[in-house]
Amino acid sequence: MPGSKEIRNKIKSVENTRKITKAMEMVAASKMRKAQDRMRAARPYAEKIRNVAAHLSHANSEYKHPFLNSRKTTKNVGLIVVTSDKGLCGGLNTNVLRLALSNMKTWESEGKGVFVSPIGNKGLGFINRVGGNVKSHLVGLGDVPHLEKLIGPVKVLLDAFVAGEIDALYISYTRFVNTMKQEAVTEQLLPLSGEKLGSPEGQWDYIYEPEASVVIDDLLKRYIESLVYSAVSENIASEQSSRMVAMKAASDNAKDVIGELKLIYNKARQAAITKEISEIVGGAAAV
Amino acid sequence: MAMTIHVDVVSAEESIFSGLAEFVVAPASMGEVGIYPRHAPLLSLIKPGAVRLKLPDQAEEMVIFVSGGVLEVQPGVITVLADTAIRGHDLDEAKALEAKRLAEEAMKDSSSQVNYARAQAELAEAVAQLQTLQKLRHKSH
Repeated sequence: MPGSKEIRNKIKSVENTRKITKAMEMVAASKMRKAQDRMRAARPYAEKIRNVAAHLSHANSEYKHPFLNSRKTTKNVGLIVVTSDKGLCGGLNTNVLRLALSNMKTWESEGKGVFVSPIGNKGLGFINRVGGNVKSHLVGLGDVPHLEKLIGPVKVLLDAFVAGEIDALYISYTRFVNTMKQEAVTEQLLPLSGEKLGSPEGQWDYIYEPEASVVIDDLLKRYIESLVYSAVSENIASEQSSRMVAMKAASDNAKDVIGELKLIYNKARQAAITKEISEIVGGAAAV
Repeated sequence: MAMTIHVDVVSAEESIFSGLAEFVVAPASMGEVGIYPRHAPLLSLIKPGAVRLKLPDQAEEMVIFVSGGVLEVQPGVITVLADTAIRGHDLDEAKALEAKRLAEEAMKDSSSQVNYARAQAELAEAVAQLQTLQKLRHKSH
């Protein structure tokens, strides 16, 4: 049987690949559930701190924090790009990086300087390749993100904003819509716009302890950190569901390929048998 | 029945407590503050320490350890935005002691200002954890 051994080997190798993709699919499915739980667990904090920040932006305090002031001209822009550490998750990273790149091009064409802070290996590699100006970065976040790790890289950008090195801060990440749908989005973090925070409820102010400036500084810093944290946790949920879908497609494709190869193999086997029989019959007739 | 106030204790990674309380004590940066319902609006930083909640119909206070954060008080709502808040029962005393020892060691041979500040913060946190544990232990005996 010429070629049948090669076909058998090919089938075997595709079957092995399918086992791997199937396993990855199942791992991603279980991780996705946990990542979604974590994403939901982070929501109460984000909501509460947003409420407090909303009150704060409308309270008539004598102290106006730099985060709340929009600047007349925007010379330099900071961008946080959230990507995954690992690949094999469909178009997740490609989509968010394409969006980030088009934003960067737009800003550059407007004559603005762009500083980038990639989170995740894929983003860092890409930004380095396109020659972006990396301000800070964070890799190896793992499946369970911790706020602690984010504080440093975010602080670099916040300090740059306060110092006037950047005049606006954006974040690009993949928003988790549902298991089948994730979309790359870019949101503005700084300056904080009053409209986004909500409407005022009358004119009043807090008693601040120890003093207004210190409390407001700390609170707004935490607010930005919580926004970045929720973006990261959404990105991880997106990554896992995107990987699950991608691996499911790969497993299905492998199944199709195996089916086709089996058909070819059986045809070849059948042809070989038919040939042998006709040879035997031919030989018997000659005798 | 005594007046109650709604209290939320949340950290960035999870929601820890949400419910009604009659009286709340929190370790504010200028000293402990006790808050009854209808308190004036207050916004304060909190130090590492224990937030104690007097829950209605319960003799025992509920204790939650926080390692810093922000306290927001409005007449009907108290929000504790904790940096990392884990239930007091979950605290590992050995870990706290170890952290304290390491922090003290680091303080002894502090090479730079940054290290010193960090060690001091770690020490304060470890001490607060121990205090919370002692309070809890005291109650259980």
